[in-house]
Amino acid sequence: MSNPDDNDSRNTDNNVSDEHLPSEQGHGEVAPADDPFADPGLPPHEHRRQDIDERAAKRSERTVALLFTVSMLATIGFIASYVAIPIDKIVYIWPFGHISGLNFALGLTLGLALFCIGAGAVHWARTLMSDEEMVDERHPIQAAPEVKAQVLADFAAGTKESQFGRRKLVRTTLFGALALVPLSGVVLLRDLGPLPGDKLRHSKWKAGSLIINENTMQPLRPEDITVGSLTQAMPEGLDPHDHDFLVEIAKAAVMLVRLEPKDIKDPKSAEWGHEGILCFSKICTHIGCPATLYEQQTHHALCPCHQSTFDLADGARVLFGPAGHPLPQLRITVNDDGYLEALGDFEEPPGPSFWERG
Amino acid sequence: MKKLSARRRHPLAALVVLIFALAVTGGLYAVLAPSGEAKAEDSAQSLAIEEGKKLYDVGCSSCHGAGGQGGTGGPSLVGVGAASVDFQVGTGRMPMAQPGPQAVVKPTVYDQAEIDQLAAYIASLGPGPAVPEAEAYDPAGGDPARGGELFRTNCSQCHNYTGQGGALTHGKFAPNLADVNPRHIYEAMLTGPQNMPSFPDGVLPEDAKRDIIAWLDATNTSESPNPGGLSLGGYGPVGEGFFAWTIGIGLLIAVAVWIAARSAKAKKS
Repeated sequence: MSNPDDNDSRNTDNNVSDEHLPSEQGHGEVAPADDPFADPGLPPHEHRRQDIDERAAKRSERTVALLFTVSMLATIGFIASYVAIPIDKIVYIWPFGHISGLNFALGLTLGLALFCIGAGAVHWARTLMSDEEMVDERHPIQAAPEVKAQVLADFAAGTKESQFGRRKLVRTTLFGALALVPLSGVVLLRDLGPLPGDKLRHSKWKAGSLIINENTMQPLRPEDITVGSLTQAMPEGLDPHDHDFLVEIAKAAVMLVRLEPKDIKDPKSAEWGHEGILCFSKICTHIGCPATLYEQQTHHALCPCHQSTFDLADGARVLFGPAGHPLPQLRITVNDDGYLEALGDFEEPPGPSFWERG
Repeated sequence: MKKLSARRRHPLAALVVLIFALAVTGGLYAVLAPSGEAKAEDSAQSLAIEEGKKLYDVGCSSCHGAGGQGGTGGPSLVGVGAASVDFQVGTGRMPMAQPGPQAVVKPTVYDQAEIDQLAAYIASLGPGPAVPEAEAYDPAGGDPARGGELFRTNCSQCHNYTGQGGALTHGKFAPNLADVNPRHIYEAMLTGPQNMPSFPDGVLPEDAKRDIIAWLDATNTSESPNPGGLSLGGYGPVGEGFFAWTIGIGLLIAVAVWIAARSAKAKKS
């Protein structure tokens, strides 16, 4: 870059190089006076304080060095906190509350160490590194005409020598082979998993299944369930430690509510219950979240994911939201021992809707 | 004995025997039947019911009807039990300041003695859940880990995973459970206030309720440790990611703009 000392009379009073002034770049002089789009070139370079005042530059140097030193100290602090602070130490720090002292110290020191490196680098680049403007002309993307002609000639020669255009049989069979090869990849997609079959239409419930309270793992009796209560339940024979528990509970989870029989609007739903006790699948028919936000006064059950709302007093009819079907109801009765039991599986597939559900 | 036998024909003998018999009968009655004490308790109870009725007639009957049978604004209170009164009045939800989607927590209007009297009156209208004993809701006696499982099964759909609360329909909401008196949490589970379903002991046994209270005590009070701090409402990774992407990256952009906007030139333009 130019030295501020060898400027001529057009030098500006703040000692700026005029190498990049429009006149020096040869644009200003040759451009026609009436060309409104003439390239004005770069504005005159202005120096920073650090470029002209060595003491300011020294100060910047010390600031950058200080930031880097703080970063070093913070890293040492990080290691020291890791060693010194017990992992279960809880301290009160406003506004975070009662938090882990170790977490806070590690985060603070590591954050400070990284921030000071960044801040130091930015301050260095802004105040000490050269900020002279430079023009770097872009070279043309297009190849030279003779290179282009050579490549096209080579390609034509290659086509001719390979006899690709003359031997039509070779060409056609090659196209066929290339078109068929990807099919092997398509066939392999079958290995993504076994076909679902009718698994989505059946759950673990069958005639005679006792209804197990998920809180006590004991079978439920009608007198356990009072009006206004909500009970989470599952079929007997499901063990939370079983390998397939999650697969089965995803279809079989139910909730039991008890309504005053006069409040039940759907006679079929009332008949499928027992003295006002209704047992619904709790898996939302939209995408399968547990729709158990039960409002006992309105008898509405909401799904927390997309606010689908089901009226449990009216056969779990969809009142609102993206769910496409009512929650399937399980037919229940009381067995000879006084326990609630299922009269069979759900009549409709429980859980989220799927393509072939109908 | 001879002396006694000799005087059995004394004119006052019958009187002496009568007095002796009365004294023995009365003494035995006093010893064997603790009915005197029961009577005293009964009278204290009936006094509480009487006082409660007076408070009820002034503060509650305009909505709930003169005999607690329900009225234009309020539901019937027959059979709701003392626990329900202790919860609703003890948290300031009742008496309601104005009709709305749901009664909200306010400073209590009645002191605990008056609440007990009101509860005694309402409990006398029909059998319902009683106010629980102190050990039934003592968080120290519960298992927070099991309580966490039970909370996620029964409560988290409305109250969020650590009881921070959430929205319901039409302006109703499940409240934040931070720093709620354990007795009120127990009573809410037992009685199902407003739109919350109830969890009677047949569904959620007493020890399970205590475990849930222990879980809330361990995770969601102003004193319970939260190692990460700033839980952002406890909504989990989606909320945290949203915060990092908007607030975090927004701050980075602001800093970058600030650095670039500040000129390092000696002569400010």
